[in-house]
Amino acid sequence: MFETVLVANRGEIARRIIRTVQGLGLRAVAVYSAADAGLPFVREADEAVLIGPAAPAESYRNVDAVLEAAGQTGAQAVHPGYGFLAEDPLFAARVEQSGLVWVGPSPDSIERMGNKIRARNLVSAAGVPVSRGTERPVADVDAALAAATAIGFPLMVKASAGGGGMGMSVAADADGLRVEFEKVQGFAARMFGDASVLLERFYPRVRHVEIQILGLADGRVVALGERDCSVQRRNQKLVEESPSPAVSPELRLRMIDAAVRAGEAVGYRNAGTVECLLDTETGEFVFLEMNTRLQVEHPVTEMVLGIDIVEQQLRIAAKSPVSFDPDALSPTGHAIELRINAEDPKRFLPGPGTITRWDEPAGEGVRVDAGYTVDTTVTPHYDSLMAKLIVHGIDRDEALERARVAVATFRVEGPKCNLPFFAELLENPEFVSGTYDTGLVTRMRS
Amino acid sequence: MAKEIRAEMVANVWKIVVTQGDTVADGDTLVILESMKMEIPVLAEGDGVVSALHVAEGDVVQEGDVIAVLG
Repeated sequence: MFETVLVANRGEIARRIIRTVQGLGLRAVAVYSAADAGLPFVREADEAVLIGPAAPAESYRNVDAVLEAAGQTGAQAVHPGYGFLAEDPLFAARVEQSGLVWVGPSPDSIERMGNKIRARNLVSAAGVPVSRGTERPVADVDAALAAATAIGFPLMVKASAGGGGMGMSVAADADGLRVEFEKVQGFAARMFGDASVLLERFYPRVRHVEIQILGLADGRVVALGERDCSVQRRNQKLVEESPSPAVSPELRLRMIDAAVRAGEAVGYRNAGTVECLLDTETGEFVFLEMNTRLQVEHPVTEMVLGIDIVEQQLRIAAKSPVSFDPDALSPTGHAIELRINAEDPKRFLPGPGTITRWDEPAGEGVRVDAGYTVDTTVTPHYDSLMAKLIVHGIDRDEALERARVAVATFRVEGPKCNLPFFAELLENPEFVSGTYDTGLVTRMRS
Repeated sequence: MAKEIRAEMVANVWKIVVTQGDTVADGDTLVILESMKMEIPVLAEGDGVVSALHVAEGDVVQEGDVIAVLG
């Protein structure tokens, strides 16, 4: 195995990866921007290299600066975390060309799954259910209107290169489509440098359920169960849980089969996630997209399976077997993750600031993956995720109760904080009953 | 009566949508701020004319800073 791993990320995920790297007896190198010099991940790494100013393009997305730091510190492997360069096939290729080990799927897999239209056509050919939609980018409004007659309203207008809930919009009818098409196309050109737009059937009452997969060093693709990520605001996840209250054992088998097929279709290696939409009325699911990286919400899977996914990523990258028997997985209990963001609990608007108080909850079944501590500053330069609170219980009721106690004892002062939203959610009848869908947060706030 | 529109958070000024002298209606977007990877539109709180704009694209505003004045 390699001895030194460079973590090309920041905040909670850099810190979480560093913990596993060091736990395996390896050296961890952090890279950081000038804005992050005071954060725990910089201090906790064995070595840390300042790679640029706050702007991500000049630091965390700066391929040359990251590779230079790897050369300077003698790193032999690069773990990208999520976001920034994690799904950039050119970066993955540059890492490999530099003679370093890339802790992730091949540049080819990243590229083939990175384009939403291509990915959907690819998995559809492998027998994975997909929603009705356009098979190639829609050129203009007229083409969109023509395609809409075949697909039916309401429709989702989506930037092909989008992600993280950005560059997507719902059109209820032809007039709406005219407006939203132009909007999404303009946004996509500006944000992603790729104006391709696709149309998909929009399902008003769905759950977002995803399957964690691992492509092993021996070529097998295995699934590690599902996560339900239906509590969302602005198409971004706030809460994830495993198992999903909406997935029966029979449905789970079908979803796992589909996810493994999707992975096999690109010869997938390392950790990835197959995201699906589940129609709550019919029990049918369709492929949404594949994320070719470690997911923010991976801890809920770790909690129910008792395995460290980052460790498996490093083992697979080193062409070693994983630490568990993939044929004898035994999930235990229920896990829930809450994303503690620097945003207000009513409108979810961000509010950075210096943290003057930070008291984390502790206790049985409670895990906190935090990027910050007291006296550190949440700056406006990066996303608002301060920490993830993950709870595990013998069943969903116990997990919910542990979450309530943990939320009540978590104290954050300084930046805005969405903890009060979770206190409210954990008493919400729809959430507590497990019957919720992706419209829950909007209903709670209307 | 003049009404001051203030920033609700620390943010970068990403786009100026209106110009001084424009007539705007309640809810119109005046300026788009960017903070923590989010675009945050700053809206007119009532009908009026933009009598002053205190920010330029690329500026950093602090919570409470005056962005625009509606007359």
